[in-house]
Amino acid sequence: MQSQATYNYKVVRQFAIMTVVWGIVGMLVGVIIAAQLVWPALNLSDVGEWFHFGRLRPLHTNAVIFAFGGCALFATSYFVVQRTCHTTLFAPKLAAFTFWGWQLIIVLAAITLPLGFTSGKEYAELEWPIDILIAVVWVSYAIVFFGTIAKRKVSHIYVANWFFGAFILTVALLHIVNSAAVPVSAWKAYSAYAGAQDAMIQWWYGHNAVGFFLTAGFLGIMYYFVPKQAERPVYSYRLSVVHFWALIFTYMWAGPHHLHYTALPDWTQSLGMIFSLILLAPSWGGMINGIMTLSGAWHKLRTDPILKFLIVSLSFYGMSTFEGPMMSIKTVNALSHYTDWTVGHVHSGALGWVAMISIGAVYYLLPRMYGKTEMYSTKLITAHFWIATIGIVLYIASMWIAGVMQGLMWRATNPDGTLTYSFIESVKASYPFWTIRLVGGILFLAGMFIMFYNMVKTISGEKAYEAPVLAPSAAHA
Amino acid sequence: MELNDFRILITVVGFLCFVGICIWAWSKHAKSGFDEAAQLPFTDDDVPGSQQSRHSKEG
Repeated sequence: MQSQATYNYKVVRQFAIMTVVWGIVGMLVGVIIAAQLVWPALNLSDVGEWFHFGRLRPLHTNAVIFAFGGCALFATSYFVVQRTCHTTLFAPKLAAFTFWGWQLIIVLAAITLPLGFTSGKEYAELEWPIDILIAVVWVSYAIVFFGTIAKRKVSHIYVANWFFGAFILTVALLHIVNSAAVPVSAWKAYSAYAGAQDAMIQWWYGHNAVGFFLTAGFLGIMYYFVPKQAERPVYSYRLSVVHFWALIFTYMWAGPHHLHYTALPDWTQSLGMIFSLILLAPSWGGMINGIMTLSGAWHKLRTDPILKFLIVSLSFYGMSTFEGPMMSIKTVNALSHYTDWTVGHVHSGALGWVAMISIGAVYYLLPRMYGKTEMYSTKLITAHFWIATIGIVLYIASMWIAGVMQGLMWRATNPDGTLTYSFIESVKASYPFWTIRLVGGILFLAGMFIMFYNMVKTISGEKAYEAPVLAPSAAHA
Repeated sequence: MELNDFRILITVVGFLCFVGICIWAWSKHAKSGFDEAAQLPFTDDDVPGSQQSRHSKEG
């Protein structure tokens, strides 16, 4: 070992810790708005307009997707790219800037959204000054990531890095195109696009935020952390390559399924539906590749709660990527759209897939950031796993039932053609299911508090670990 | 060339590209590279302590 250089763990450590912190914040806001649906008085109208459902809901989605999920992606990608390239980060100061810049963006979102500053585009609500800051941080992220790839000491670029790279590039493209706007004041801008085109660009962005932020990035996590935790290479590297390109070629075109039966041209809707159906193949290819990595080592699932998180997340990924294409079929969508079924589908992906694989990866990362191999308590990880799983099942099942019920009630007609139910009757019928959903959300949040306690116990009093950069073995140089 | 022809061409080229990637991925030629790459997460053991000793012995 000629060099005593150490990996840049500091930025990984910071992002990993903030993943847990923002997870709690974002999910707490989710629990609050779920409670508001059961007890509307919780919107605190007497105090002011800041806590209304419409103000807090974008705060919830931004916090869980971009703060919780974003921090998990930054932490894991910075960790994986260094270790699989056998080199330190390119431009470490810029990496530190991405951390502080990203935290600033999150804080600005938490202030501006309750105040009512919004562009009104779902998952892209933040106003233009923050959008510019996001673009700057994101381009810095790309420079650090691809710069690190460029100075790698091995010939291959491991497949996880392909997924992380695609996620970083595509999100830059999506964010910059969809955020194009004409500012009229310091905190107000109007979209550069109009009408149906604006809607199409928004859902091209929106669905690819799902496809590249919430899927490709987390598949990068899967391709590194599942083999690592299972201690065996990925089931089929060949399949992972085809999986990557199939996903990349297909996801871009699926967005129109968010605009079924709208002013969007009919052929565009059908095209979106077809590509959504095709997406089932790469999605399941990836899921099978991840789960089969455990082939021959299934017994590890019994004792290793981190592996439980990772593998169950893949099961939820498989479920929601089956459900998604089905819901994109126009006749099914006629029943499901605008109902709680959609909310259930999203949370099957967000809690089951994204959150669970992030939690598993963070449980892997945290002790290693402090020179240890295990968290303070493995039993608490197991407890977290079961509480979270029960929470998700309650959440999804209640939303399925509520959604189908709402869809059926809204379309029911009397023999004379009038509507059988008024809208408010479907709201009234939904209350029991919204209560069950609240319970599911509280359970999932409780799991995050257990994780926080476990994290504090693991790292308090410990010295940050500086891992030496290892020279690649001869076969890989 | 009319704009729609161009659109059709892009779609066809995209599809052929993907077919090409599949053929390449299943070729014998790619196999050894894939096997090597698949080992990358394991070439540096991140468990503190153990890896330094093992690697210094190798190197």
